[in-house]
Amino acid sequence: MYQYDEYDQRIVDERVVQFADQTARFLAGELSEDEYRPLRLQNGLYIQRHAPMLRVAVPYGNLRSDQLRMFGHIARTYDRGYGHFSTRQNLQFNWPRLECVPEILGLLATVQMHAIQTSGNCIRNVTSDPFAGVAADEHIDPRPWCEIVRQWSTFHPEFAFLPRKFKLAVNGAAQDRAIIQAHDIGLDLVRDADGNTGFRVLVGGGLGRTPILGEEVSSFVPWQQILNYCEAILRVYNLHGRRDNIYKARIKILVKSLGVAEFARQVEAEFAPMKDGPSTLTQAKIERVASRFSDPLLPELPVNEAGHMTHLAGNKAFANWVKRNVRAHKVQGYANVVLSLKKSGVAPGDVTADQFDAIADLADQYAFGEVRSTHEQNLVLASVRQADLFAVWQKARDLGLATPNIGLLTDMIVCPGGDFCVLANAKSIPIAKAIQQRFDDLDYLHDIGEIELNISGCMNACGHHHVGHIGVLGVDKHGEEWYQVTIGGDQGNEAALGKVIGPSFTAAEMPDVIGSLLGHYIDRRHADERFIDTVRRIGTESFKTHVYAERLERLEAMEVC
Amino acid sequence: MPQIIKDGRIQDDAWKVLRLGENDDAVTLKVPAGRVIVPLAVWRAQRPYLKGRAEAGVLGVWLAGDAEPSEFAGDLPLLQLVAIDFPAFTDGRGYSIAVLLRSRYGYTGELRAIGEVLRDQFFFMIRCGFNAIQPYEGRYSQTQIEAALASLSDFPALYQGAAGDRVFTAKRRREATMGCHQRI
Repeated sequence: MYQYDEYDQRIVDERVVQFADQTARFLAGELSEDEYRPLRLQNGLYIQRHAPMLRVAVPYGNLRSDQLRMFGHIARTYDRGYGHFSTRQNLQFNWPRLECVPEILGLLATVQMHAIQTSGNCIRNVTSDPFAGVAADEHIDPRPWCEIVRQWSTFHPEFAFLPRKFKLAVNGAAQDRAIIQAHDIGLDLVRDADGNTGFRVLVGGGLGRTPILGEEVSSFVPWQQILNYCEAILRVYNLHGRRDNIYKARIKILVKSLGVAEFARQVEAEFAPMKDGPSTLTQAKIERVASRFSDPLLPELPVNEAGHMTHLAGNKAFANWVKRNVRAHKVQGYANVVLSLKKSGVAPGDVTADQFDAIADLADQYAFGEVRSTHEQNLVLASVRQADLFAVWQKARDLGLATPNIGLLTDMIVCPGGDFCVLANAKSIPIAKAIQQRFDDLDYLHDIGEIELNISGCMNACGHHHVGHIGVLGVDKHGEEWYQVTIGGDQGNEAALGKVIGPSFTAAEMPDVIGSLLGHYIDRRHADERFIDTVRRIGTESFKTHVYAERLERLEAMEVC
Repeated sequence: MPQIIKDGRIQDDAWKVLRLGENDDAVTLKVPAGRVIVPLAVWRAQRPYLKGRAEAGVLGVWLAGDAEPSEFAGDLPLLQLVAIDFPAFTDGRGYSIAVLLRSRYGYTGELRAIGEVLRDQFFFMIRCGFNAIQPYEGRYSQTQIEAALASLSDFPALYQGAAGDRVFTAKRRREATMGCHQRI
C-alpha cells in the first residue's frame, strides 16, 4: 500500500500540532463551542451520546499491520478495548476523552495515519473497492488515483467550508464495489476507444434523508484533467449549493433542482477555462504516486494445489468458508479472504484490541502485512496463497473472524445507532443482534443465499438502508422507536433504492418481519434466484401483502392468549 | 487604530466597511469621506461619482457571497481594494469568489476578507488569494493576532497549487516550492 514520503509525514505531523493548539484554545475558552465545532469535525471528532467519537481515516480502506497494532494499542489505552469499522471504511473510537485526542492523533501520525476530513462540511475520506489492485475483474487499479484524490483534497483551501459534506468514491473494476452511485462524486475508471485512461464522472448521488442515485455528467474526462474537472464541480456546488437548510444542502439537491443537463452545462462552463490549470496531472506525477505503493511481487502459483483440494473435499466447514468468504484474485494461485466482523452476538464492524493484534499477525504471516476494510464493515486479507487458506481459516476461526456468512443475511451493514450516536432516532445494534440470533442456522442462511440486509438508526442512512435488498430504518414515533422496512434496494452495477413496504414495526416484531420476507421469498423463488431477483420479478406489493397478513395473524394470536 | 493582517504583517488600518442598513437605499446613501469599502450595490448605483475615489485608491468595494464574479470582472481594473464578506465563518463561498478574481479575472490589487473572519481560517484565505484579513474589531487581542500570524507558517508543505500561492511571502514561496504541490 501507499507509503508516506517526507511531505506526507510533515503535513500529518503539523496537523497534530495545529489541532492540539486548537483544542487547547477551546479548553481555555478562547474558542467558542460554535467556533471549535467545525475544527474538531474536520479532524474527525464528534461529541456523542456518552463521550467524544474519533473517526480515523482509513484512506480507501487500505491498512498495514503496524497501523492495526496501533488501533489495538489505542483501543486498549484510551478506549474500552475495541474499535468500530464504519460504513465508509473508516475506524471509529467511541470512548476517547477529548483532552486525550491530540495525543491519540500524535500516535496515529507515527504510523502514517490521521483523522483529517473524516467529518465536517468538506471533502471526506475517499473510498474505493476493498479488492483494489487484487480483484480478478479489475481493469484499472484505482488506488493511485485514490491517493491522488486524497492528497489533492487534503486541506484544499477553496473547499473547506462547503454547504455540506462531500464524498468521493472511485471504482476500477467491472463490478462496482464502491457504490459510486451513492456518492457526491463517483469516479469510474474507464478507457476510451484508443485505450486512454479517463473517468466516467457521476454526480449527485447520496443516501440520507433524500436518497438519490448519482447521474453521469461526463462520459469521459481524460485523467490529466480529472482534478480540474472535480474542482469545477466543487466550485459550482460551493457557490450555488443551498446554505439555508441543512437538509437541502447536499450537491444532489442542487443537481436535482437544476436538472443534470443544466448542472453539467454549468460544470463544463466552469471547467473550460480551468482546463490544463494548476491541478493538471502529468505522467511523472502519477508514476511518483504509483511507485509508492509497494505491492508484493506475486509469482504465479499452481491453481488447485493438492493440499488445498484435500482440505476442501474433506472439511465441510472449511469448504463453506471458502465458498462464502474467499474471493478470486487476479494472480493465479492466490485468493482474497474476507474476515467476517459479523459473528452472532458481536456488534457488526467491532474489533477488539486483541483481535487487532491478531489480525496484524495474520496479515504479516499470510498477506504481506496488508489489510483492507470494506464498506460492508468486514476486513479483507488480500493476496493469500491458496495453499495457506486452510491455515488462515483455522486461525481466523479461533479469533471469531471466520463466520462463513459474507453476502448472507447475517452479514448486515449496521450503523452504531441510538446506543452511541447522538443523531440516531432508534437503536440499530440490538435489532441486528435479534436478527442474528433468530437466523443463526447456517444451513438456513446458505439456503436463503445472497442477500443484503442494511440497518440505519436514522434517516442519515449511515447503515445504507436504501441500497439494502432489505433495508431497515429506525424512526421516532412519539418518543418510541419504530422500524420502517424497504425492499428492492441494491448496490453495485444494478444500484437501486428500496421501496417502503408499509407502516413501521416495533423492535420486537423485527425478527418476525424478516422471517415473513424470507418465507415469502422461499415460497415464490425460482431455482437459483436470489432474494433481490425475486423481488424484482414479483414486485414489492406481493411481499408487502404477505408481511402484513402474517403480522395480523401474530397480533390476533397474541390477543387470543 | 484597528489592526489587520496584510501582506504577511500586522498593520494599522484606516478603512471603514460601509454596510447598508435595512432602510438604506444604495442610490441615495451618502458615502462618507475617508477610506471606505462600499457594498457592491452602492458601487453599481453610484459608480460615476465613486469612480474617481476608487482610482485614487481611497474607495473599495465589497462583495457578498452571492456576487457573480463574472458580472463584476469589468470593474476590477478601476479598483485597488476589493473585499469579500463572510457572513458566517462556515459560509465558504468567499473562497471560490477569491480564487476566481485572482486566477480567472487577473485581479492583482488588495483582496481583503471581512465579516466573520476567524484565525483558524486565515491560512485557507491566504491560499485562496486574499492578501488582507480584517477580523471584526476587538475580536482578537494583540497576542492572539500575533499567534495567528505565526500560525500561517504551520504547514510548510502543501498538496495542491492555489490561487494565492503567488502572493505568499517570499519565505513561504520558497518553502512551498519544495512542497508537495510541486509533485502533484
